[in-house]
Amino acid sequence: MRRRRIAVGLAGALLLAGAGFGLASWRPALAPGGPGPGETTPERVGRGAVLASLGYCASCHTAQGDRPYAGGRGLATPFGTIYATNITPDPETGLGRWTLAAFTRAMREGVDREGRHLYPAFPYTHYAGLTEADIAALYAFVMTREPVRQAARPNALPFPLNWRPLLAGWKLLFVREPRIPGTTAPADPRRDSEWHRGAYLAEALSHCGACHTPRNSLGAEVKAKPYAGGEADGWWAPPLDRSSPAPLAWSEDALARYLAEWDPQHGGAAGPMRPVVDAHRTVPAGEIRALAAYTASLYGAGPAGSRTGPVDRAVGTDDPALARGATIYAGACATCHESGGGVPYTTASLGHRTTLRAPDPRNLLLVLRDGVAPREHAAGPIMPGFGAALTQGQMRDLAAYLRARFSPDGPWPDLDATIRDLMRDSPGPGARAGAGG
Amino acid sequence: MTALTRRTLLVGGALLVGIGLPRGARADALPGSLKEAPRIDAWIRIGEDGAVTVLTGKAELGQGIKTALIQVAAEELGLEPASLRLVTADTELTPDEGYTAGSHSMQDSATAIRHAAAAARALLAAAAGRRLGAAPETLTVSGGAVTAPDGRRIGFGELAAALEPDAAVPDAVQLRDPADHTIVGRPLPRVDIPAKVAGGAAYVQDIRAPGMVHARIVRPPRPGARLVSVETGAVAGRPGVIRVHRDGDFLAVLAEREYAAVTAMGALARVAVWQGGSPVPEPDDLFPDLAGRSAQRTLILDRGAGTPAPAGRRIAARYRRRYQMHGSIGPSCAVAEFDGDRLTVWSHAQGMFPLRKALAEMLGLPEAQVRCIHVEGSGCYGHNGADDAAGDAALLARALPGRPVRAQYTREQEHLWEPYGAAMLTEAAAVLGADGRIADWDYAVRSPTHLTRPPGAGQLLSARMLDKPFPAPPPKALPQPEGGGDRNAIPLYRLPRARVAHDFVADMPLRVSALRSLGAYMNVFSIESFLDELAEAAGTDPVAFRLAHLDDPRARAVIEAASGRFGWGTPLAKGSGAGFAFARYKNLAAYCALAVEVAVERESGRVRLVRAHAAVDAGEVVNPHGIRDQIEGGIIQAMSWSLFEAVAHDAEGPTSRDWSTYPIARFPDVPDRLDVHLIDRPGSPFLGAGEVAQGPTAAALANAIRQAAGVRLRELPMRPELVKAAIGV
Amino acid sequence: MPTLTVNGRRQVVAAEPETPLLYVLRDELGLDGAKFGCGLGQCGACTVEVEGRAVLSCLTPVGVLEGRAVTTVEGLGTPEHPGPLQAAFIAENAAQCGYCIAGMVMRAHALLRAVPHPSEAEIREALRFNLCRCGTHMRILAAVRRAAGHDPAATGATP
Ligand code: FES
Ligand code: FES
Repeated sequence: MRRRRIAVGLAGALLLAGAGFGLASWRPALAPGGPGPGETTPERVGRGAVLASLGYCASCHTAQGDRPYAGGRGLATPFGTIYATNITPDPETGLGRWTLAAFTRAMREGVDREGRHLYPAFPYTHYAGLTEADIAALYAFVMTREPVRQAARPNALPFPLNWRPLLAGWKLLFVREPRIPGTTAPADPRRDSEWHRGAYLAEALSHCGACHTPRNSLGAEVKAKPYAGGEADGWWAPPLDRSSPAPLAWSEDALARYLAEWDPQHGGAAGPMRPVVDAHRTVPAGEIRALAAYTASLYGAGPAGSRTGPVDRAVGTDDPALARGATIYAGACATCHESGGGVPYTTASLGHRTTLRAPDPRNLLLVLRDGVAPREHAAGPIMPGFGAALTQGQMRDLAAYLRARFSPDGPWPDLDATIRDLMRDSPGPGARAGAGG
Repeated sequence: MTALTRRTLLVGGALLVGIGLPRGARADALPGSLKEAPRIDAWIRIGEDGAVTVLTGKAELGQGIKTALIQVAAEELGLEPASLRLVTADTELTPDEGYTAGSHSMQDSATAIRHAAAAARALLAAAAGRRLGAAPETLTVSGGAVTAPDGRRIGFGELAAALEPDAAVPDAVQLRDPADHTIVGRPLPRVDIPAKVAGGAAYVQDIRAPGMVHARIVRPPRPGARLVSVETGAVAGRPGVIRVHRDGDFLAVLAEREYAAVTAMGALARVAVWQGGSPVPEPDDLFPDLAGRSAQRTLILDRGAGTPAPAGRRIAARYRRRYQMHGSIGPSCAVAEFDGDRLTVWSHAQGMFPLRKALAEMLGLPEAQVRCIHVEGSGCYGHNGADDAAGDAALLARALPGRPVRAQYTREQEHLWEPYGAAMLTEAAAVLGADGRIADWDYAVRSPTHLTRPPGAGQLLSARMLDKPFPAPPPKALPQPEGGGDRNAIPLYRLPRARVAHDFVADMPLRVSALRSLGAYMNVFSIESFLDELAEAAGTDPVAFRLAHLDDPRARAVIEAASGRFGWGTPLAKGSGAGFAFARYKNLAAYCALAVEVAVERESGRVRLVRAHAAVDAGEVVNPHGIRDQIEGGIIQAMSWSLFEAVAHDAEGPTSRDWSTYPIARFPDVPDRLDVHLIDRPGSPFLGAGEVAQGPTAAALANAIRQAAGVRLRELPMRPELVKAAIGV
Repeated sequence: MPTLTVNGRRQVVAAEPETPLLYVLRDELGLDGAKFGCGLGQCGACTVEVEGRAVLSCLTPVGVLEGRAVTTVEGLGTPEHPGPLQAAFIAENAAQCGYCIAGMVMRAHALLRAVPHPSEAEIREALRFNLCRCGTHMRILAAVRRAAGHDPAATGATP
């Protein structure tokens, strides 16, 4: 499925190429320079630090275990892997020669100082909505980081996607200009200032839609379906709108708890959402509240009882696969997840978890396979991975059981295929016989 | 099959009965634990088969003491270490040496064993001399026999009957000349490690006695909560469950198999209804709360009183520490058996004799009817849940006479109910004279007790929960010179005028007790941080500043060794910093100087210990690897405490209930290199080293952070968010 | 009743299939090497190998091990005749209380099986989920380096 999408994308991209190349590909380089007087005041830097956390700059621009903001982290996209650049103020390999004007152009238009188009993995389509003052604060923050000399890693993209002028065509199609600086969400007179603040953060800086809005075959967010659910790093990014399958409604309070650390009703973040929640540790509670206020409103005020609430159904033992799944659950999961929430970072039951209501089993399988790694030097959930303990067949039995017991929806149709895809290294059904000890 | 069984334990014990009681006041003159047990056969037994058994009232806690004690005895008796048998703390067999704590094992027990072994050697030589008609001085004692110059030999076994079993260790026993040592001072491989890496170790958790039943406890959800009701019928009726036991708020389930006990515990917890609980200050109120509690002040040092206050620059600082945890990797466990008359308990607690007293009091039994036997457990680092588990096993054994009961805590129970290392506050002030030296010194430490161990029955957690509860005894301060909260509160530095006060807080919101090094961790952190602050104010290098205030040549020697090996003063990369600290543990045990390099990540406030050089003088070295491992382990553990660890709590009680809520150091956090340099002092007394690294590590890290990032951290732990807040954006 | 193959020996165990392997090893089979540290999958004290990969026995129901090879620390050698990795732990004095050590040995064994000459960073990353409270880390690292044929004293902190 993914491959087909890429093929369509490639064809589309090629079609665009002619138009894009001729019309809009060329952008001038901007003169080198650095921060001007008064552009890196402590006040600006301080505000920039909070904004950088809320833009999750470090989570993309820092490679695992490497120096902050020095780039090098790969972002897997359906088109190939894109490596984040060094945004420290190193003159040779980072932003050391960027003026505020160059930085602003990159943030708003996705063009680097030399005039090259940037891939939309860098969410300038969102950052375009930032106020001038906030861009200036981010600039002040970035330009006062420790400079690190580290050349950017080349992207791993196939031809012709590695030909940047194509991006001009992409932008023509998908970037709606001009943006109104300050907000990309319409002002709503019925909403308070906290909501508006949240709207601004979510739409522009925190670029929530980059993951939670579906993308088309060319990798652009489908504006007609904002927050209808998307994808990030191979994970399902749940919808944040009325179509959310969450068993319990996401109240503002619950979201604020979730975004700050963990919510006892819904659980906590895993996968690519973890670094987002981690970044919130250094953000004032008011900003988190604002984000929560806005996102809670996206879910819509459905009538009470429109959600089924947590489900915990008796699962018959007549189906041998489900019976096997029940046994695995009892020995592997129940100690923590049947503690009624007594073990830290567990919900009252797994019926509270949106993951089991997802349209496909990817997130569940990724968590089962790899677990949830301990946070570094901070409290946070720890779950061991079961990728080595369970065979593919056992993983399937367990996933099917969890779905049958904790979700009112039917079995996942693509469970087998997804398991084969995600558990290639795990012993398959045939691997049992004769495996050495 | 190496697991302990009741049979092997009892048979092992039956070989040896009865030890001497202290005799006469003369014993006071004897070194180490001989004061309490002056008879030779309290420490060394020689069987008619020639087998030699060494007895110690101390326990192996992972510090390698078994190996070291065997080395000491083998050296004096001229035996192969492997030929000796060692019996550790057992109320029926070994001398009463109180707790295995305070880095006392070598000082107390090894000293006693060395002297007793030397005395035994003299007895053997004398007995052989009588038989051979030779002067004892001409005989050689080695290889399990006494040999005359002409080659005639008599084995130990043959001589055993002729030995006076109750002879006392004489005042002046002839010890082997350190220059002739062949076993002491050598890195003999630890005797217990092969079993530990191959699954053969017998921890108390591994005891499988015939007929043994498994117990699990159901604790209240928070400290102070009372059991309102519990419907036990369904749980008692589960397959494999023997019974549910309730006495007041003490609730437990007994089952034939362990996993049945585990699942029954879960079921029982779900039907137990609890109410209430003791309040705890909110985390933000922790320090104001501690500062506001009433305290009893003792001036433990008042030097230069009456001399006029000197002129100079006055500098002051305050330091604070949050609650921290022992966090043993293996939750506490104990096995107990009551035969209707006598109670036997196998436990990994640190004091078998005090535990016996507490158990006897709780159960209303004469002490003579209670036997406590130490069996290794997971490292404890002080008073953890071990005594409580022994208390629980004893209560349940009495309820089920005739069957050994194994009580095993869960991870969450160990985290929530162990007594923590106390939150503390210190204040330091000093006057820097015109000569750049400290002219006046003021220091106060505010701390609760660091000792709530048995012997009182009320120190056992469950004893307080019984229908007829034993109340917790009122907390007491430990007196100087060892001290508790004020341990190491008196600096070793030359101070012409100084006042040091201990503000003892009797009343604490969370249960606290001994955690490795007690108050020394915080006092050394404070004093050694403050010393750097003073050196900075004086514009002097911190190592030179310390040396300028020290006369003790052994103190100077470790400081010079650590700074020299580290390469003190060599410039480091940007973002890195070097830090130094020194202490003599309790001012009377081992000396330790520590130089560390840290890297501070300004963006996140993360601190990484990159390398460390420690120099240690623990007196005569028995086993260099034993000391090295204690220092290495101490540095890594104290690094974890100091950079990451605080017991989280809210107004309801602790919320650090497992490793996800109490993060500790992991492999990526430990340094690239850690070097320990030992300064051996053959012939001088053993100085305990097990706790000496804790305080210096905390201070050296703080001092290195100061150099690396330009910020001074005065609170433990120095978590990334604290470091980041100090650095700013 | 499940059949288990532990350290090459096949045996039927009298336990319900959901029983975590740890309890079966310790209570039924008398194999005490794997330790109970948390029962929550957080500490690694209970680590064993299943088909050559490190697995936490406290959360592995025996029912899933039918026909699969389980190796515990007892399967690598005995105190008298330790296997090569165990010998490296002994040579480096890599235990204080030793409670975490069987888990460390098994985690390292699985690593060396997959990556015979791991870098320092790979060793540290692989052992990251196993906790040691005594601070025996430097000794454990040295033991694993020694078993991997590296200089145990070297640090080689580059990935
Ligand atoms: S006991 Fe299994 S991970 Fe801790
Ligand atoms: S050696 Fe004690 S926990 Fe690792």
